[in-house]
Amino acid sequence: MEPANAGAAVFAVVRRDLLLAARRKSEVLTVLFFFVIVASLFPLGIGAEPALLRSIAPGVLWVGALLASMLALNRMFAQDYADGTLEQMALSPQPFALMTAGKIAAHWLVSGLPLVLVAPVLGLQFDLDQRALGVLMLSLLMGTPLLSLVGAIGAALTLGVRGSGLLVSLLTLPLYIPALVFGAGSVEAEISGLGAGANLSLLAALLVLALFFAPWATAAALRIALE
Amino acid sequence: MSNRIVNWFRFSSPQTFYPLAGRLLPWFAGSAAVLGAASLWLGLFVAPTDAQQGEGYRIIFVHVAASWMSMFIYVVMAGWAALGLIFNTRLSSMMASALAPTGTLFAFLSLWTGALWGKPMWGAWWVWDARLTSELILFFLYLGFIALQAAIDDPRRADRAGAVLALVGVVNVPIIYFSVYWWNTLHQGASVSLTKSPSMAHTMLWGMLLMALSFWMYAIAAALMRVRCIMLERERGSAWAGELAEAAQ
Repeated sequence: MEPANAGAAVFAVVRRDLLLAARRKSEVLTVLFFFVIVASLFPLGIGAEPALLRSIAPGVLWVGALLASMLALNRMFAQDYADGTLEQMALSPQPFALMTAGKIAAHWLVSGLPLVLVAPVLGLQFDLDQRALGVLMLSLLMGTPLLSLVGAIGAALTLGVRGSGLLVSLLTLPLYIPALVFGAGSVEAEISGLGAGANLSLLAALLVLALFFAPWATAAALRIALE
Repeated sequence: MSNRIVNWFRFSSPQTFYPLAGRLLPWFAGSAAVLGAASLWLGLFVAPTDAQQGEGYRIIFVHVAASWMSMFIYVVMAGWAALGLIFNTRLSSMMASALAPTGTLFAFLSLWTGALWGKPMWGAWWVWDARLTSELILFFLYLGFIALQAAIDDPRRADRAGAVLALVGVVNVPIIYFSVYWWNTLHQGASVSLTKSPSMAHTMLWGMLLMALSFWMYAIAAALMRVRCIMLERERGSAWAGELAEAAQ
């Protein structure tokens, strides 16, 4: 059953990955609960002073989302690599970078989007007001796909390498810094009354840049791993 | 002229580059030592004491040169890695691997000397200044490159995976730098600056430039030495490596 064109192939990849995730719900929930628990630990460690919580909320929630999405990176290609699916995709006539983009999109839908949806609830725990919550959601909505895209490069490079779980964090965390700076910065700017526009624009620019280049770099890294 | 071009490509093979690197090595190492000694003499004995910072500023002679080298070597390393990835030349990738530890060393040296300088000048070992932070991130990028190459057993795959990482890194370095820069200015307002007295004494400038040159020579010498080891390691099964005097012992 050969997909007719590249669009259909990408759609098939996304659909398949979502179906696999739906059959194995624990993996999705692990990421989500990791985020919730990390964010809940901070008030316990730092103290429940509302003013303090408000000032650390953007950073804590963003770092939590970043770590949670990094936790999910190892899963992105590992199973398909192990059972040979990835090799078949690389051999197929459709552009491999597009299929990789499909896999990244599915990964974001499974591990990034839930974080965006749960973030306002956690923001309420940190005493954020409504506008700050909106900016938090918007920044995560643009930031988590960026994290998935950049992280995919790291996940592809460490595929089948010993100690890949630790290695992927060493490779991707430095590359995550701009997303963290502008993402947390946007919420902070909104709280301080500066307006989140500049930070959100930069985040969007980074997302566009990553959308264009990351699938391509990931596909190149996957081909190296598949040799 | 055409003769030179032919020679250039001739040395892209480990077999011919190995003896060339061996011949060049003492020259670079020697000039690194001479220039370094001259710079230290200028910096420690000749250069005048700074009006505001006293004697403590003298660490800057090492610090500035190390920072320059750490950034420059990353770009050179990514360039070699790209050559290796595009043209599939073995030696280019070996050069990239050989440069990485030297770059890491300079990044570390820059952070270390910066901390030693910052304690008496700013009263803190570490400040979240944009330059310090981006230098730290550069250090992490080097570590990631080395760790990735070390984790992959097949040298060819390690070369290519490292090359992709180095290229992704080199695209990201300016983005990271500006993100950190804006982050910092947004939070702290006017931050501490590394630029000091507007008119630097000529001896200071010369000391700094000589040290930078000395570090250049050192970096080339260290990379050549390391690439010789890598060549021998990878080509140990080949005929030319077996014929070497070093291998016979």
